[in-house]
Amino acid sequence: MKRLVRKKISSISFGIFSPKQVVEASTAKIVTPELYDREGYPVDGGLMDLRLGVIDPGLRCKIDGGKLKESFGHFGYIELARPVVHIKFVRTILDILRSTCKSCGHILIPVENAKRYMAILDKVGEELGFEARRRKIKVIVAKYRAKDKCPHCSAKQGKIKLSKPYNYYEDEIRLSPIEVRARLEKIPEEDLPIFGFKSGEFRPEWLVLTIMQIPPVTMRPSITLESGERSEDDLTHKLGDIVRINQRLFENINAGAPEVIIEDLWDLLQYHVTTFFDNAIAQLPPARHRGGQVLKTLANRISSKDGRIRHNLAGKRTDFSARTVISPDPLIGVNEVGVPELMAQSLTVPERVTEWNKEYLRKFVVNGPKKYPGANYIIKPDGKRKTITNETKDEILEELDVDYVVERHLLNGDIALFNRQPSLHRMSMMCHRVKVLPGKTFRLNPAVCNPYNADFDGDEMNLHIPQTEEARSEALILMLVETQLMSPRSGLSIVGCIQDAITGNYLLTKELVMSREEAINLLFSCGVQDFSTLANKEKVNGKEIFSVLLPKDFNFKGKDKSGNDVEIVNGELNSGIMDKANLGQESGLMLRNIYEKYGPSYTATFLGQISKLGIGVLSRRGFSIGLADVDLSDEAMEEIREVVRKAEEEAYKLIDMYSEGKLEALPGRSLHETVELRILEALNKARNKGGDIGMRQTKENAALVMARSGSRGNALYIAQMTAVVGQQSLRGKRISSGYKQRTLSYFKKNDLSPAARGFIKNNFKSGLTPYEFFFGAMTGRDALMDTALRTPKSGYLYRRLSNAMQDLKVNYDGTVRDASSKIVQFVYGEDGLDVSKTKGGELDVQKAVESAIEGKK
Amino acid sequence: MTMDALKHSLVPKHSKLSDNEKAVLLEKYAAELKQLPRIYGSDPALSSLSVKEGDIIKIERASKTAGIFAYYRVVTGN
Repeated sequence: MKRLVRKKISSISFGIFSPKQVVEASTAKIVTPELYDREGYPVDGGLMDLRLGVIDPGLRCKIDGGKLKESFGHFGYIELARPVVHIKFVRTILDILRSTCKSCGHILIPVENAKRYMAILDKVGEELGFEARRRKIKVIVAKYRAKDKCPHCSAKQGKIKLSKPYNYYEDEIRLSPIEVRARLEKIPEEDLPIFGFKSGEFRPEWLVLTIMQIPPVTMRPSITLESGERSEDDLTHKLGDIVRINQRLFENINAGAPEVIIEDLWDLLQYHVTTFFDNAIAQLPPARHRGGQVLKTLANRISSKDGRIRHNLAGKRTDFSARTVISPDPLIGVNEVGVPELMAQSLTVPERVTEWNKEYLRKFVVNGPKKYPGANYIIKPDGKRKTITNETKDEILEELDVDYVVERHLLNGDIALFNRQPSLHRMSMMCHRVKVLPGKTFRLNPAVCNPYNADFDGDEMNLHIPQTEEARSEALILMLVETQLMSPRSGLSIVGCIQDAITGNYLLTKELVMSREEAINLLFSCGVQDFSTLANKEKVNGKEIFSVLLPKDFNFKGKDKSGNDVEIVNGELNSGIMDKANLGQESGLMLRNIYEKYGPSYTATFLGQISKLGIGVLSRRGFSIGLADVDLSDEAMEEIREVVRKAEEEAYKLIDMYSEGKLEALPGRSLHETVELRILEALNKARNKGGDIGMRQTKENAALVMARSGSRGNALYIAQMTAVVGQQSLRGKRISSGYKQRTLSYFKKNDLSPAARGFIKNNFKSGLTPYEFFFGAMTGRDALMDTALRTPKSGYLYRRLSNAMQDLKVNYDGTVRDASSKIVQFVYGEDGLDVSKTKGGELDVQKAVESAIEGKK
Repeated sequence: MTMDALKHSLVPKHSKLSDNEKAVLLEKYAAELKQLPRIYGSDPALSSLSVKEGDIIKIERASKTAGIFAYYRVVTGN
């Protein structure tokens, strides 16, 4: 073994290799494009030269004697027949050429100013850092670029242009790389610092290559195909091209070939060298394989989505993770996640054998990897891993002892992290307890869909199993669902009852009465076992049943969705109806108050119970919707017709006034805009009124119950189904385009009447006329396009925002600082409050005082 | 027609810290000058103050939740 030398890095500096350094760092000069000889042995002086490292088993590196995977490989070099511009420095070279004299090589800044600028640069560099210094250099150099006379030798300066990607022109005459290099060589050492180059460590002419470094074979390994054929790496291909053209160029120059041929070859060499560095240059056709596939060269290995950084470094894949479709299960707790048995068998948890759990862990080994609560591997005290199979099982059981580790299958109650992309906020990844279930999907309680923004139309989610005790306890304490109940955005509960659970509780607390037996049956189904608090009567009402779930010392005063009072005294729901306002997600203070008083764990259980209660009520009572649910009484229909008629009348009146010129324009609007706006207003008002009438019905039906309880739908939907669909609008205006001065050929030109401009008088039950349907389709398409275009846009906006803010953190002194300890806010959020512990962003001081006094008594 | 920007209702009060206050502030946040947020010396809000580079400006902003919230900025060139 080699002796290890430990050293501490004190600094790293980045720079550019000089041709001399390249040669010194090399082990081989590459002179031939051939790779292997007839025996398949690497050719000396070829691109697979054994001095560059080994990629074949059995061979040894000629330099360090290492075998495959032992030797890291060594660099080589080629001497270019003619110099070539380095594509990544064309801009730098251009800047230098433009701001230096063509004859004396000095920078085009008078001597006295140069000194002053240096002082400014040093100051900027010291105060604001390296980046600011660089920007300043750009500004200074740009100022003198336009000078056409050298302040040193009075030589006239030409205009230098870059013809992309790599040709330079001075006053329309091409500068060959040789000339470019000659000019760069002329720049005196003392002018370099003004450009920001370190004198002594860098020379600008190094930017034009004369010697090219060849990367070791270990970073461009060839693969042997099944047929025994060798397939070389893209980089090797590219290097082969370079070496081949380079050799031909040498031969032609030596043979004294005509200048045209040499120029052509030189240009080809420039192309190959350029594409070796970067094969995605806008003005150049990318180099391709024979099949037409684009070569992946140096820059392409690193950049963009499937490059080293985003694909391999930022996008590492993890073990002990799983992904599948999600589906709902209202009967598991909010803290739980259902995991398919198949997954539980390949996701494992390491458990250390002790004297006390030896027998318990043995059982898993006995079951093996194929029978469910089993184990897949054991890890011996020396760190060696052994697979459990039928053959090895007996041996493993024999040796299994204290300090062995058993990687057993996932069990109920194990800790898992559950995540759905895009992970936009911290609730996108929460800790759940595993519940192993049959089937092939992850199961989650529909109440936690909201924080994940998940639905069940085919969404997939990821599961990760923490492998250490520390990771598990961190997850449990910091990320368990119940600890995330209160939103850091609004301070309200982000999980709550949804859909059926709200409808059920609404009906229960509003009107249901049942026998005591039925009530007990219902309560038992949601996990209640103590019925002593249920009123001892023949018939109990819904409020009394709901009250059983409430803690006995809970008091609450609030409002329900329709604005009526809700009052809970000593755990009894005295008045009010439980609806979305108090049970729903991101609304309602009742859940928040429970959380404040009884804590996360209680709230999670309570939430589970009330949603099960709601669902239990609905499944016992029955709940369905049909066509009859959008029927209105004759009087209501008449009323709505009247409202619509009046609105239309008003619209016609406005049109008449407009055409007679009697209408007065609103401030800042044209006459036409005014009439449009007022018509829109009148028609929208009609629809809202129609909706109110629809909602006012006395006869309960399923659609109404859902709208009123807030579980699904709203007054607008009811109105559109029962009364009028209403005005269709595009970009806040009535529909106006389509044909010349009219929307459809069905209408007269310049018809401003409601019907001609997209007002849908019918409702969805009565059915739409063809032109009404078309208007509906117009707005429908517009909405569809809008969401399709906006989603990626806002997603990118958010990505930029979160990337810019990712290392901001609140410090112990209350300040918000970035990674370099620069202060962003002196107090977090200007008020230092944790929003999830407030009521709508404000502290309820009164309540805090009251409860403090109460606590003293 | 000119108007005094400093009198606009949305422009918060800017004031210069004394050397003493400056020292206290830097001590309190254990911060160096370059770790503080910056403001240009030419900022219109500083037109009535005579400031030089390195001064600290206290900005008292109205806040919905915190009443008045003090923010500090260091004067930098131009």
